[in-house]
Amino acid sequence: MFDPILAEIRFGTGLSPIHRPVQSADTMIARLKGPDVAAGDFGWTMFRNTRPSPDDLLDAGRAIRDAETEAAREEALAARREMYDRVGLLYRRGFKTSLLRAARAEDGFREALVDFWADHFTVLAKNAQHRHLVMGYIEEAIRPNVAGRFQDMLIAVVTNPLMLLYLDQSSSVGPNSPAGQRGGRGLNENLAREMLELHTVGVEAEYSQTDVRQLAELLTGLTAPSGDHFKFQRNRSEPGEEVVLGRTYGSGGEGFHNVVEALTDIATHPATARHISTKLARHFIADDPPEEVIAVMADAFRATNGDLAAVYEAMLRHDQAWTPERLKVKQPIEFMKSACRALGMGANDIASDRPGDLHPAFFSPLITMGQEWQKPNGPDGWPERSDFWVTPQFMAARISWSIYKVNTFMTHLEDPRDFVRTALGPNPPEDVVFAAGAAANIRDGIGVVLSSAAFQRR
Amino acid sequence: MDRRDFLLRGTALGCTAAASPFVTPVALASAPWDNRLVVVILRGAMDGLDVVQPYGDAGLAGLRPDLPSGEAGGGMDLDGFFSMHASLGALSPLWRSGELGFVHAVSTPYRDKRSHFDGQDLLEAGIGGTSGIRDGWLNRMLQQVPGLEQEIAYAVGREQMLILSGDKLVSSWAPGTDLQLGTETQRLLELVQHDDPIFRAASTDAIRIAAEARDLGNLAGEAVGRGTSVDVARFAASRLLADTRIASFSINGWDTHNQQARGLRQPLEELANTILTLKSSLGDVWSKTAVVCMTEFGRTARQNGSGGTDHGTAGAMLLAGGAVRGGRVVTDWPGLGEADLYDRRDLMPTRDVRAHAGWMMRGLFGLPQGTIESAIFPGLEMGGDPGLLL
Repeated sequence: MFDPILAEIRFGTGLSPIHRPVQSADTMIARLKGPDVAAGDFGWTMFRNTRPSPDDLLDAGRAIRDAETEAAREEALAARREMYDRVGLLYRRGFKTSLLRAARAEDGFREALVDFWADHFTVLAKNAQHRHLVMGYIEEAIRPNVAGRFQDMLIAVVTNPLMLLYLDQSSSVGPNSPAGQRGGRGLNENLAREMLELHTVGVEAEYSQTDVRQLAELLTGLTAPSGDHFKFQRNRSEPGEEVVLGRTYGSGGEGFHNVVEALTDIATHPATARHISTKLARHFIADDPPEEVIAVMADAFRATNGDLAAVYEAMLRHDQAWTPERLKVKQPIEFMKSACRALGMGANDIASDRPGDLHPAFFSPLITMGQEWQKPNGPDGWPERSDFWVTPQFMAARISWSIYKVNTFMTHLEDPRDFVRTALGPNPPEDVVFAAGAAANIRDGIGVVLSSAAFQRR
Repeated sequence: MDRRDFLLRGTALGCTAAASPFVTPVALASAPWDNRLVVVILRGAMDGLDVVQPYGDAGLAGLRPDLPSGEAGGGMDLDGFFSMHASLGALSPLWRSGELGFVHAVSTPYRDKRSHFDGQDLLEAGIGGTSGIRDGWLNRMLQQVPGLEQEIAYAVGREQMLILSGDKLVSSWAPGTDLQLGTETQRLLELVQHDDPIFRAASTDAIRIAAEARDLGNLAGEAVGRGTSVDVARFAASRLLADTRIASFSINGWDTHNQQARGLRQPLEELANTILTLKSSLGDVWSKTAVVCMTEFGRTARQNGSGGTDHGTAGAMLLAGGAVRGGRVVTDWPGLGEADLYDRRDLMPTRDVRAHAGWMMRGLFGLPQGTIESAIFPGLEMGGDPGLLL
């Protein structure tokens, strides 16, 4: 049964002293379908507007090489240094933006979904010069599509330069295309493989190496020249027909439309319906989610050809999504975001953009908790399993952050005896209530509440 | 077994592990063997040609006029052909006692793009290409041996160790992780974790391990030198003295594009101190220990315009420990003539790094060769036994 407290803790970014908990599943869905208020309140630019762009950085390097006088070289070096300072600044601002949205947004469910999908379609900045672009990728490819159709998100992701670079699609060339014939370059299967294995039908689906190969051929032509923008380069596209999961593409000649057609089919494939539903249920409900919930979600996916709002609605309307036991452990970033939300954190609480402030308070603790920001180990994103996250070292980091760091960035801390209800709802466990009141000082009281098993689960 | 089957099996194992109740990994006989393996990842591409210098090769001096080798560079002669970089001098006694050895002209299958990021991933994943990297080869090794406790393997330090990541749960700890709570706060913490077994166990262990890490001064051996890696080595040793059989950590700082003569000094001294700290802290257990140091790729054979070297292909591995058959440089030396180089640029790889790692696991843990070639390093052919162990 729907429960307002669980709605915020399990499906959102936690309870907040500012917003009243959402009162129904109808409201949750209606908000999602409505305007993205948090995106307006805490703005961020799209990938294509994020500067310096990879091209800017490349040009800056060229300017240094081409400098003809020592003075010109110094100037070019200084210009590039400024650019890298901006890269670092944007990276830190991106983190602050995502923290503030989680802490302040009324629609916590939308924020949780953006994080879920950004993880599902993981990209990694392969070098430090690109790390400020991940936020732009999320803003452009993920965020506008969280309540839309899965196929639209898939196409947005696959035409984003960061994904094309990360999974090497940008270097893939059809062996029989004009570019392939000329340069002797060939196919790279990485994106095709991950798309089937991770992004769509899932590794347990019925597909073969031939499907991977054929899809890789079909995807040739998708490029990100110099990493700045997406382009379909027809002269790299492998000629002829390709057969993927039993359907034939490209019989009418080469073109981007073949890719769109294939991605649409794959995105609405029954195996994709099941894979996506399972992942959502595993993320929001339990590491081993109830089969009944997955089944109704997958039905909704199939019935609507991948309308994600309908899939979420099926989940939220199922009683088994609302089991009172909190089976999921918050991942470190979820833990941190929900703590900031419960603390009522505002822009003034982390006003500084300086690395000297943000590193000790956030970036470095996240690393020790096992979840360096935007740096999962691979394209499969972060692990879901509780036992991955609840280890001695990671727990030490969570406890230590709760007790020793929170008071360094919050300008004001609530009385722990009140905070225990702000953070855990009107009926917190008695032990936590006792501990909040028995702590020697406000700092320890808040820290003990945040470290409690009750707060760490959702 | 192909990769897909492998992944499916991995998933099944993962589910089982997730469903099983958390067991505190203390004081249970945790491994069917007594040998220890320490894998050190040298991040940044160590220049094998400068660390283990083929000064007997007529080509070397011409390629590297400003990076003198052999006795001219203050190095220690090893076998009349190879010499060891002067900054590893502290390890000379180990060489003489046969507890230090090298492997040369080896690499992973990674070629041509020479990216640290991809190179390290591939080294730690132990697979043939950069796509489909999911888990590390040490984790896959652990998956082959049923019933191992989590304490069996430790990733030490704050760096993510892909090499130990995967479906098999392992332990991890970063020395310097601070968890010193007042008695009262500790009691309150115990109270708020008490009813949740996994949180209770992890918090209890965290407090215990943090205290043990603080008490490392009580270890029998001495820390040799100072620095993060030495702390990491001491902590790793304290675990290896108990139930842990495999530990892995990394040492950074090998990316010597400029002024290499100066730049290599610090990481090499840190590496030497790390190994000596392991030896000193491990006591008798050192005789059952093999330390394997590997890097993502070697560096260019020629020095560059700024007294450094650039990203290359083949390089060297360093082996240490009482279990190692040291005092040798194991190699099929390819030569340094221009036609002998890979791409006329890099030391030519003559053997796969993974083959040596595979033979180490064969020798230390008795794993069948077929298992190593299919499940741990899929597609690898290990070739003949290089006899790296006693």
